[in-house]
Amino acid sequence: MFLKSEFEGRQAAKSYDCTSIQIVIRKMTVNKTWWKQKVGLVLLLLILFLADIAFGSTTISMGDIIASILNRSLSDYEDIVWQFRIPKALTCILAGSALATGGLMMQSIFRNPLAGPDVLGLSSGASLMVAMVLLTGKSGNQLLQLVSTSPWSLVIAASIGGMMVFALIILISQFIKDNTSLLIIGLMISAATSSIVGILQYISKAEDLQAFFIWSMGTVGNTSWTEIKVLAAIVAIGLSIAILSQKSLNTWLLGENYSRSLGVNINRSRFWIVASTGLLAGGVTAFCGPIAFVGLAVPHLVRLAVPTSNHKILLPFVMMAGACLLLLCDLLSQLPGHTRVLPLNAITSLMGAPLVIWMVIRNKQIRI
Amino acid sequence: MIITRNLSVGYHSKNKKQFLFEDLNLQLNAGQLVCFMGPNGIGKSTLLRTLAHLQNPLAGEIENKSGKNIALVLTDRISSSNMTVYDLVMYGRYPYLDWNIDLTEKDKQQIDQAIDQVRIEALKEKPLSELSDGQMQMAMIARALAQDTPILLLDEPTAHLDLNNRVEIMNLLRSLSRNMGKAILVTTHELDLALQTADFVWLATSNKKIKTGIPEDLVLDGSFDEVFKFKGFNLKTGRVEHEAHRGIAVQLIGEGFTYLWTKNALERCGFEVAQKSEVVIKVGSSQKLYWEVAGEKISTLAEVLIHLSK
Repeated sequence: MFLKSEFEGRQAAKSYDCTSIQIVIRKMTVNKTWWKQKVGLVLLLLILFLADIAFGSTTISMGDIIASILNRSLSDYEDIVWQFRIPKALTCILAGSALATGGLMMQSIFRNPLAGPDVLGLSSGASLMVAMVLLTGKSGNQLLQLVSTSPWSLVIAASIGGMMVFALIILISQFIKDNTSLLIIGLMISAATSSIVGILQYISKAEDLQAFFIWSMGTVGNTSWTEIKVLAAIVAIGLSIAILSQKSLNTWLLGENYSRSLGVNINRSRFWIVASTGLLAGGVTAFCGPIAFVGLAVPHLVRLAVPTSNHKILLPFVMMAGACLLLLCDLLSQLPGHTRVLPLNAITSLMGAPLVIWMVIRNKQIRI
Repeated sequence: MIITRNLSVGYHSKNKKQFLFEDLNLQLNAGQLVCFMGPNGIGKSTLLRTLAHLQNPLAGEIENKSGKNIALVLTDRISSSNMTVYDLVMYGRYPYLDWNIDLTEKDKQQIDQAIDQVRIEALKEKPLSELSDGQMQMAMIARALAQDTPILLLDEPTAHLDLNNRVEIMNLLRSLSRNMGKAILVTTHELDLALQTADFVWLATSNKKIKTGIPEDLVLDGSFDEVFKFKGFNLKTGRVEHEAHRGIAVQLIGEGFTYLWTKNALERCGFEVAQKSEVVIKVGSSQKLYWEVAGEKISTLAEVLIHLSK
């Protein structure tokens, strides 16, 4: 890498009449590559991925994990590893990176450090539909009852709910040309749907309530390989849009006026960023339930370790860090050697809140 | 270059058009530094945004069809804690880059050149949160320069800055218009500085029009007095008016800076400086500072004032 940049430096020196040393120095200061952080985070991701597979109700040794991954027929743990642990770890990676990326985008576009992927109200919309299926149960609406007999019922219900709010937000974003208004409308939709969920909870039976409560605590352990394929496709599309939007995400940091004066079509850009966040947050909520805090905390943690405002650098870091944090939370929720599993949302908030508090205290302030 | 034809600007409020300026026929030429002046709230920023195509005109047209060849410095605050000066200046190259934001050698040269021109090399790697107001403004100007446009529009670039920074920025803008042939429009209410640096002044008047001219013409024909309604400030002398409340006239003999500052001190303290008076002060040369009052030599002005007060 260094040789390459030096070579480029020499080339440039010939054509621009500068000394090559000057250009190499400039390249080193300006194009910071953050190699240390990159390698560290990739290693961390790998370790957490393997640890997440290893620990659970039964602990599996590294040798067995590698054996079952490399050669599926030889290991005793093949079934656990392939049917349960790997899908769960992959779901963590997909959901974590999706939520963290959604959070980063919302913080940048709204220039608000408290924004997260759920500010658009998508997870509330998903909750509403899931509550309709679970809480109105047997006596409920015919269509929903039909849906609720399918094993995909919750996924479909959550998707419908998320999509409805998503469509509403996209529609509103075409009329409202102001990000703050959009943020407030998103929060209001959340509040309204949450209160409907509250009413449903109030009038429902205890066992239905428990089923809904379990869903609302979030889980990464219930995804089948088919579901993972669908989730992976959704997340891949969402993340691709995010990466393609990196330039406009950068200009959003300067606000609307500067963005426009730099030739960014802000309405189109806002549409794609909202669409991408909708896909990411909606997709994850459909398969894993509403997972709290990851989307809010991860971008802040990344900005602390990698102090840059450039989304070209931030996005890959945020994706990896999101995956790491959710893997870690899942590890912690899985009390080793114990069959009990703690609710995921309790862990994400328990982990996320002190992290953010520590960060704020260390930096005296929290900004985007 | 920007030319407007019967341009009216303002905003829509409750389905009604609120006009701030009407029927403007203005021209911003290459190589000119134009100061756009007027009282607060008259709509300077709105016109600037309209000229930059950030806002639609209510009527009329702007000949410069798109905002592409215009770079802006606005009053919008940028509060991204991790953004460095280099990152900020890099934004100037964004109109030339695709989604992947890959800087070419030419882009890097333009960025370095812009940083060079405003002389902030030392701040390159500093985060914006550590900059002073003046440094921040310089970085914003560097960003606009990196955009490499023939037109520069700046909204209140000298607001909240101290005199030194204000002078530095106005001098920089003047040299950019002279040496690089840029057309530069600056909104400001920094009267004295604008009068001394602007090639041209656009003066927002109370009847929703803009009066244009070179600064001296507008001073002499009283246009500035009409717009700003000075209270105790005489623009033609460029001085604050003092009332000679002591009723004592002093005759001052001397020349040069010492004479000027002595006159300043006397008038500020309520003495009248007259052609002929019984009280006479002789001012020494600027090499040797002394004042002679009634045959007595005094070495500071403060003592002179005390002497006169007796």
